Amino acid sequence: MTTASPVTVETVDLDTTSLRELNQRLHKLGDPPDPSAWRVVNPGGRHAIAVGLDSPVEVDIDGHVGYYCAGMNKHATVRVHGNCGVGLAENIMSGSVIVDGNASASAGATGRGGLVAIHGDASSRCGISMKGADIVVRGSVGHMSAFMAQKGRLVVCGDAGDGLGDSIYEARLYVRGSVASLGADCIEKEMRGEHLLELRELLDSAGLADVDATEFRRYGSARRLYNFHVDNAGAY
Amino acid sequence: MCGIVGLFSKSLAVSERLGEHLGDMLLEMSDRGPDSAGVALYRTPAPAGSTKVSLHSAEPGYDWFTLHAELEEAFGSTEPDVRASHAVFVVDVAAAELQQWLRERRPELRVMSAGSSLEIYKEAGPPRDFVTRFALADVQASHGLGHTRMATESAVTTDGSHPFWTGLDLCLVHNGSLSNHNWLRTNLRREGIEFETENDSEVAAGYLTWRLAEGDSLEQALESCLGVLDGFYTFAVGTADGFAVLRDPISCKPAVMAETDDWVAMASEYRAIAVLPGAADANMWEPAPATVYSWERQPVA
Repeated sequence: MTTASPVTVETVDLDTTSLRELNQRLHKLGDPPDPSAWRVVNPGGRHAIAVGLDSPVEVDIDGHVGYYCAGMNKHATVRVHGNCGVGLAENIMSGSVIVDGNASASAGATGRGGLVAIHGDASSRCGISMKGADIVVRGSVGHMSAFMAQKGRLVVCGDAGDGLGDSIYEARLYVRGSVASLGADCIEKEMRGEHLLELRELLDSAGLADVDATEFRRYGSARRLYNFHVDNAGAY
Repeated sequence: MCGIVGLFSKSLAVSERLGEHLGDMLLEMSDRGPDSAGVALYRTPAPAGSTKVSLHSAEPGYDWFTLHAELEEAFGSTEPDVRASHAVFVVDVAAAELQQWLRERRPELRVMSAGSSLEIYKEAGPPRDFVTRFALADVQASHGLGHTRMATESAVTTDGSHPFWTGLDLCLVHNGSLSNHNWLRTNLRREGIEFETENDSEVAAGYLTWRLAEGDSLEQALESCLGVLDGFYTFAVGTADGFAVLRDPISCKPAVMAETDDWVAMASEYRAIAVLPGAADANMWEPAPATVYSWERQPVA
């Protein structure tokens, strides 16, 4: 019988270590990463913490972070035990970014893959121009969420603000609560078996096993704005 | 860009160090606004019938003591509290009469604020220099607002710096830019509102001054901004008893608020709040778009 060697957690205190040093150390990890588990303390709302990671490292951040936390994430799992400023996991490529608290505007913006799970609320423009990422929000999202969303799934267990999915392409949106208004060319669509299945998977992957997938409605593109047609002018 | 900070004390311990806390918050916002900095502080109210006035002199080493002697003779006045290029007097006369007197006798001075408890200090230059030169660390106050400026719409000058005084004990700080300020300024001049600069934020302050003079409550005046001001804005407005916050409907300009048993704070970014005692455990939220948040309570000072 073999026992796994205990994982050593590398702790970095941002009150005594510079942000640049932390990010450079996280960028230089080999494959497999060594150390593979990191804890960041005293983030103090600093911007660009754990940005540009590209190995399957686990990073836990204790406290609130500023802008662009875990931006461009690839392979890594970043957990924020606090709230996040603007641009959380912007352009995420793969891996997971999990937030205990709330996220400010543009969470998961332009994300191409991976999972962004926000256990509080997300603010305006959540998933703006998303290109394949999955974003799951336990709370509500603000106005203009999934604006020009091209691909991927956005799941909102609470409510969505004004202009949801404005000028949306092929992303799929699932909202459990109310939608203040739908943006141009975004419509409600039928929730079929395959959608229930993928929603169930998304909720489970975000740790929301207690949320009932059958309570959601699906929204997506009416596909009338792909090419400009003068009859659509009224939709703007 | 620009950075906004606001702090409202709910405990004596915070009031005693309010200037220091506000200075720390301001420094965190330096890279959002390296051009200029300013604060509005609400402290030690003047007795009824007297006016507290903050004055700015562009001329270094201004003779505030001769001015004091003249004010003393004309109305009765406290000794000036001089901080860098500014001096604060409490004069035993109504605000309008004092302003008239200053306009006639001391046209070279700029009135930064008038009221009962409001003091405004602002200057072009890096926030770090401002915090030191104006000795914020030794100021006690019940609440205050601060601003760091990255100029976009007009010149980097003391007059173009924030906070802008908008009426007795009222002031405004702004993060954003307004697109229809020239048109609004023309219209407001017709209503008798005076402007000193080509600055867009001064127009927002002038608009509030006009609405309040027309009888609007602060909340009504702020709500009417939503229909009239075109552009981006997060505003924080200081009042004798607290402060109010408004973001435009699109809310591109950031804002975060937080509260503990000891204080209420607002800032452009959380890192400016993180420097406050107990910030990590504060109740924290982002003000919703097009919604007026106001804080009015019996301040502790």
